[in-house]
Amino acid sequence: MACRKPAARALLTAGACLAILAVLVGAAPALGDAAAGKFVYSRCIACHSPDRNRTGPRHCGVYGRVSGTASRYDYSDAMREAAIVWDVDSLDRFLASPMTTVPGTTMGFAGVPDTRERQDLVAYLAQLNASAEECRESQ
Amino acid sequence: MKTISQPSNFQLLTDTAQDSRRRFLQKAGTAAFSGVAIALLGGRSTALAAGTADDAVAQDVRILNTAIAAEHEAVAAYQLGADSGLLQPEVAKVAITFQGHHKQHVEALANAVRGLGGTDVRALEKYDFPTDKLKAQSDVLQFAAGLERGAVSAYAGAIPLFDNRELSAAAASILADEAMHWAVLRNALGLDPVPGAFFS
Repeated sequence: MACRKPAARALLTAGACLAILAVLVGAAPALGDAAAGKFVYSRCIACHSPDRNRTGPRHCGVYGRVSGTASRYDYSDAMREAAIVWDVDSLDRFLASPMTTVPGTTMGFAGVPDTRERQDLVAYLAQLNASAEECRESQ
Repeated sequence: MKTISQPSNFQLLTDTAQDSRRRFLQKAGTAAFSGVAIALLGGRSTALAAGTADDAVAQDVRILNTAIAAEHEAVAAYQLGADSGLLQPEVAKVAITFQGHHKQHVEALANAVRGLGGTDVRALEKYDFPTDKLKAQSDVLQFAAGLERGAVSAYAGAIPLFDNRELSAAAASILADEAMHWAVLRNALGLDPVPGAFFS
């Protein structure tokens, strides 16, 4: 591994390793503020709600779920076939541009372009599990 | 939750209903959308018939159908409100007026889908609304306001995606209507009807 090369090039290598580390850290989307994300979620409620399938699927339990698998929701073939596991990274990418991330999705929405707002929204979605107030009645 | 007992707010709702009836008679907005959509879709239909349809047209149909599905739900939601027995008569009139707008949106969007050679989605037989949480007029108005606010974002998020820019223009005219609904409902709830300069 380049980071363990001999001392003669240690300084240069260390710098390169730090740069690589910075890129890697920067590539992982940060988890935002769920409370702020709940406010961002108000943009979604023409089609979605946490605990009910509507025009779009419900979001309780979305984190960790495979795309196209919420029960009793009629997904597009594109979303079913995408088989994306919804985590911080995949939700961030999808919410940045749903129709380019999953071409053929019925989610006709340009996305949430602001990185911070998207991170907050992902944080809100991530906590929509069985213990979330919005989800308790639907479990 | 804030109360909605302010007479001035109800007056605004009543005035809105009266204005809406006048606008309905004029039908200016509907005619404008229909004109745009029909003029646009004539050419597209020809392209589809000739077998030159592409992914962009299919995407436009998908976006339109998603909007139609949400509009169908809005129609049902206003019916739920009107039938709830929780709305004062003048408020119920406004709810029915707004429902009428959503029905017109459905009709216009469905015509656009058909013009593109697609099949418009139909209303569900039953919608799953949080009826257990609707116990007062303010609950119904808050529920409706949430849907309208979401609709503003939904159309704002759809407008940039249409391949056909005439569809974007038509969606923008619907967005404006949803935004007015939202403002009126917020005002009725005792909230600032226009809480900011920008919305996404």
